[in-house]
Amino acid sequence: MIFSTRYCGFVPWMLFASFTVLFAIEEKRNAMKYFTRLRVRRVYTWRGKPLRFNRKLKTFEYGSLSIKVDGLPRTTIINAGQHILIEGEDEDNPYVAKVVRLFGDESGKQKKAVVQWFARVSEVPLSKLKLLGREPHPQEIFYYQGRSCDDEVNAESILRPVQVKHLDGPAPFPDSDDKDTLFVKLSWDSKTFKLVESAVVESASEPTPASSPPPFPKPSLPPSPPRSPPAAAPASRGPSRRALPTPDPSIMHRASSGEVRYRRATMSAGKASTAEAESLHSTSKLSASKCLSAKRRCSSASTPGVRKKLQLNSPEKMTREDLVDHLLDEELESVMLAQRLSSSPPQAHSLPHSLTPLSKTHRAPSTPLTHRLVPLTHRLTPFRKTLGDPSGEDAAHLNPSDSPPSSAREDSTSPQQRDVMEAEFLTGSLKTPRRRNDTPKRDLSTRGQKAATPSRKKEAKTPREPALAALAEVDNENSPMLPSAVTPRSSKRKSAQLVSSRIRKQLNLLENHQLSDSDGEEEDEFVPSKKELQSSSEEEEEEEEEEEGLDSDEETVGKRSRRNAAGSLTPRSKRKTHVSTRTQRKTPNKKITPGTPRTPRHATPSIPSRSLPARCPGNVLEEARARLHVSSVPESLPCREQEFQDIYSFVESKISDGTGGCMYISGVPGTGKTATVHEVMRCLQHAAEVDEIPPFHFIEINGMKMTDPHQAYVQILQKLTGQKATADHAAALLERRFSNPAPRKETTVLLVDELDLLWTRKQNVMYNLFDWPTRRHARLVVLTIANTMDLPERIMINRVASRLGLTRMSFQPYSFKQLQQIIMSRLNKVKAFEQDALQLVSRKVAALSGDARRCLDICRRATEICELSAAALVGMSHVMEALNEMFSSAYITAIKCASVQEQLLLRAVITEFRRLGLEEATFQQVFVQHQALCRVEGLQPVGVSEGLAVCQRLGACRLLLLEPSRLGVLQRVRLNVSQDDVLYALKDD
Amino acid sequence: MNMYPQRKYCLLKPISARRLFNTGSRHRWLSRIPAKTQTSHIMSKRKLQDAHLPVGECITEVQKILRERLCHQRLPDKPEGVEAQHRHLLELLKRTAIHGESNSVLIVGPRGAGKTMLLRCVLRDLLEDKEAQKSLLQVHLNGLLQTDDRIALKEITRQLHLENVVGDKVFGSFAENLGFLLEALKKGDRSSSRPVLFILDEFDLFAHHKNQTLLYNLLDVSQSAQAPICVVGITCRLDVLELLEKRVKSRFSHRQIHLLSSATLAQYVERVQTQLSVPEDFPDTKFAQEWNDSIKVLCEDKSVEEVLQRHYNSSRDYRSMHMLLMLCLSRVSVARPAITPADLLEASRLCFADAKANMLHGLSILELCLIIAMKHLNDLYEGEPFNLQMIHNEFKKFLQRKSNSMYNFEQPVIMKAFEHLQQLELIRPVDGSSAKTQREYQLMRLMLDHSQIMDALQKYPQCPTEVKQWAMSAFG
Repeated sequence: MIFSTRYCGFVPWMLFASFTVLFAIEEKRNAMKYFTRLRVRRVYTWRGKPLRFNRKLKTFEYGSLSIKVDGLPRTTIINAGQHILIEGEDEDNPYVAKVVRLFGDESGKQKKAVVQWFARVSEVPLSKLKLLGREPHPQEIFYYQGRSCDDEVNAESILRPVQVKHLDGPAPFPDSDDKDTLFVKLSWDSKTFKLVESAVVESASEPTPASSPPPFPKPSLPPSPPRSPPAAAPASRGPSRRALPTPDPSIMHRASSGEVRYRRATMSAGKASTAEAESLHSTSKLSASKCLSAKRRCSSASTPGVRKKLQLNSPEKMTREDLVDHLLDEELESVMLAQRLSSSPPQAHSLPHSLTPLSKTHRAPSTPLTHRLVPLTHRLTPFRKTLGDPSGEDAAHLNPSDSPPSSAREDSTSPQQRDVMEAEFLTGSLKTPRRRNDTPKRDLSTRGQKAATPSRKKEAKTPREPALAALAEVDNENSPMLPSAVTPRSSKRKSAQLVSSRIRKQLNLLENHQLSDSDGEEEDEFVPSKKELQSSSEEEEEEEEEEEGLDSDEETVGKRSRRNAAGSLTPRSKRKTHVSTRTQRKTPNKKITPGTPRTPRHATPSIPSRSLPARCPGNVLEEARARLHVSSVPESLPCREQEFQDIYSFVESKISDGTGGCMYISGVPGTGKTATVHEVMRCLQHAAEVDEIPPFHFIEINGMKMTDPHQAYVQILQKLTGQKATADHAAALLERRFSNPAPRKETTVLLVDELDLLWTRKQNVMYNLFDWPTRRHARLVVLTIANTMDLPERIMINRVASRLGLTRMSFQPYSFKQLQQIIMSRLNKVKAFEQDALQLVSRKVAALSGDARRCLDICRRATEICELSAAALVGMSHVMEALNEMFSSAYITAIKCASVQEQLLLRAVITEFRRLGLEEATFQQVFVQHQALCRVEGLQPVGVSEGLAVCQRLGACRLLLLEPSRLGVLQRVRLNVSQDDVLYALKDD
Repeated sequence: MNMYPQRKYCLLKPISARRLFNTGSRHRWLSRIPAKTQTSHIMSKRKLQDAHLPVGECITEVQKILRERLCHQRLPDKPEGVEAQHRHLLELLKRTAIHGESNSVLIVGPRGAGKTMLLRCVLRDLLEDKEAQKSLLQVHLNGLLQTDDRIALKEITRQLHLENVVGDKVFGSFAENLGFLLEALKKGDRSSSRPVLFILDEFDLFAHHKNQTLLYNLLDVSQSAQAPICVVGITCRLDVLELLEKRVKSRFSHRQIHLLSSATLAQYVERVQTQLSVPEDFPDTKFAQEWNDSIKVLCEDKSVEEVLQRHYNSSRDYRSMHMLLMLCLSRVSVARPAITPADLLEASRLCFADAKANMLHGLSILELCLIIAMKHLNDLYEGEPFNLQMIHNEFKKFLQRKSNSMYNFEQPVIMKAFEHLQQLELIRPVDGSSAKTQREYQLMRLMLDHSQIMDALQKYPQCPTEVKQWAMSAFG
């Protein structure tokens, strides 16, 4: 009974307080965001004195960092344990991390932070994203467990704090359009995704002792009900305007900060507590609630003495705080249970927590403890119901199945729902005795609003503000209560019940006290001035609008104004208009897009798959043919061991050193350059998988597979990050990526095939490709492949060739033995060739080009010929035939098969050449000879037109080279074959 | 998709073309017997077995069948003389279609040798296999139509019905399209994706595209473990491989199927006979029998053999033969219901007619005189170029000698005649001479052979004797 009255008193305040807190954070964040955009200079300063001095490293540890932005009065405080955004190469997607420690050097010039990284979706390689098995949520981040990233960052790269929520594995992502809340479900260690415990996300890397000073030191308050409002906020955090943190993390977050605060106090008192270490240690193992309680316990103990007692953890010695703690823990547990049951995001429950009791306790003082379980979702209806109905609804509240839909609703921070919420809260808060507080606040807020922006749009939003303010207030007033609610969860329930009555009494007292006088000063301290709040929220809204405007350029001013006009003062109608505007907004989007259809952005290019499976090779010859196809990847690459080793060690050393470099590989076509590099990469990737070397990123571009040298940038960027950009933009982005110090960068190995195709007149593409690896922070290894050995000297200007460096490698054409070995290894004991036949092929190819592809193709053709002749084994004759087919020039056959007149013309050409002593004659001259020859041969002389036609036919086959045919008889004629060949071919006739 | 682009390189001469498409005789004949045909149609249906169609009907049918055959609208049941190549290509395409093996092959042969016909026959035979028919995708490109890679890529994307195609339009930039296509091909693998057959007609022209990007990529796909494709190039250039860049060449499998006909005269005559014969399922068996007999007799005729020998000596390809036979066929009518040796001779004469000599017949006496003057100048200066003034002088000398003033023309008239000759391209200015020089002094060359001029003079109607004599005299 007492208990419920207590709730009746403080819960709304709790809520309100949390609002205020969030509001403040929000405001800061938005301010920061706003100013980052404008690229305003930020000033980073340590807050407070260094906490500790590390003699070895000569570093000072600090508790918090304040970021001040030029031209903005407020500062942002970064505490250890907070989630932050860190400047990265992508402006829109800065890195996410959690501060572990903050420290600086003696001079104070360098400010560093040790962080625990989170990986964004865009940072995970596209290929690995498939492992996820689902579409990643745009706001999703992964707890990063890779080893390759430097966890020490420059503190000045910190942008602002950010909200990170942990979600359970199966839980759906909240349907949120809020860009500022990120969700963690899984961890990513650069190979696999794993489920991550919320405790890990929130507290595995808890700040080391004494990392953050209390942001709001209030020495005047009595120590026993520890006053840390943030720690008190947990239950009430749910309904915050946007970027709602999940209750669990937030609670723990607060708890941890409370703990930290306390620790500092103890530190200053000169007592390093071992218990702390213990609790810290336990946090990593315990479930979320456990660790929470542990921290609360710490924070609740205000004096070392009490603390010591607490550590004993015995039920007999439990203090009042302990008990409350325990009760809350139970509550938490049950919340969690409910969560699990409903599989809805945890945050949903935090609100009912605080709210329902509020309503219920008005009329139903005897409600049992379980009431606290009531899912948030009944917020309104139950709220009103319980107001009228003294006892009834408990069962309904307890029914977890009720919660999912509504909780889902609550997750979404879509404006309408927020409005609903707020409206409800407004009504709710009006029923509380503190109603009087609302009015002045509302006045204040509206005034501030008007001052800031006179537009009507803002007016529409006014109703929100008082509600928020009121909620914030609640939170505030409640805050002293909270620490008392912290109990070691492990404490036995019986004991809790034993002492419950005592607690209730005390709580009651406390509450009464609060009711009478607690708003004033605390509020002032805790909440930034209302005006400021107001304006900042407006800013935020404006920015929101701007963003939306940016998103959909087509949104017209007219629509905006209509929307503004529609905004009335009643929250309900406002919500409606909001809904309608949203729908309106979407429609023009759709209308505009179909105008010029473009390539579907995410079209998945693919060749349709066949209905019938491809047949497998049936006999030995077919098997051999399949194995001999160039495309079939061999188990190993024989005959390139040395080259393999060289490239491997080069790339491996660069990867493990985290440096960059260039290598130039040359060789005639078909000598296995690309294949060797691919093989090296396969091996390295395997090595990276078994953690022999740090993970790296392998991307490949081919000069022949792009339409323009500048497309190289586009392709690199796309393969690196999945972004699409124009060539210029891509170049800029890559430039930034490779020149800026980004702490958590994997080495990138870039293979540039057919390098000579990237030549441009200014050679800027090549220049950039070779210049990036030399940058300090690039961690880029570039392997280039081309055919000519002296390409750098021939086509590159000095500054490019110099950057390419002298790490070169040349692939020699295969010798016949090597070719033979290659075929043997491919055949892999499939007995299809006679040994002599193989040797013949390899010798022939080695003598001509040393091209392995050619060798394989000939063998393949030989198997076909063999199959036709129905022999079992490919013998010499088959190979000879294949060789003849592929190597013999068709000219002689073509001349032999030519018609009589064509042959005569060729003869005439040679005769004329001999007569002239030149290798060129006009058709007229040749024609005279031709007619003479016709007479000699006893044929009817041909006419000029016919002669020209004959000549053209020979020209089309390129036996003759001709000038354009419009020159008629004047066109000059040349032979494309040697005279000897022609005479040889004609001799037999 | 199965569109075979018409070739641009029509070898038809202007005159023969006119004759070729002059189907007037048939139409005239049709209009002469209007009502009978209607009834005969019904009759033919009723008694198909002992059908005895009117002669007109039969001739229409014969002409229809033969025209389809000679204009390459119907494929022969079995390609003649290229059985080995047919088998090779069929095996190759079968392996792609059924086993998913990537390949590349070039079909090389002189113009009119039947390369496209061979491929079409192979495809027809291949698609009779249900399995192949279900899986094979075809892309037909022609170097004369897809003149650069950008267009070629769009065409490929369109024919493959990839996802960036809306209706018949392909969207996206060149780079996007290339990336898209490569991505699509890369995603496939040997066993699961449908094989794609790329047919590149006029393959040599693709080799002239910038960087040979398309060829490189297609051949690279055919040599790597991606979607199974078969690249079939058709070209008449024997040196096509020398056009390929060495890295492109290395990726080509070096399979070439050469279509070089080495038919003897007897085979040639036999081929003519089969081409002209009507099939056995002809509606009127009696007429068919008669027609085939007449064709047989025709081919045994001495004069016909001579004509065919001449054609055989000139060229052995199908297309020139078809042109000759087409000319014969168009002379067939009700009045002359069979091809006679005379028809063949006339057709042959048309085929071998000299285009330039025919043009000379239409010239005026003055223009002819100028041509003769040019011939003399050519003789005199051994083919050096000349200008109008020199020609005029030569012409004046002739006039003085003959002292006949009937050909005495003013300078402007001669200038006009000269310009007309230039328009007819019987003379053409020397390449280097600039347009700035006065027209009288612009250097020119004669584009006629002596034999052509003499021929024309012989046949020129009412040619004055002195002009003839002048032309034949050794020196002007």
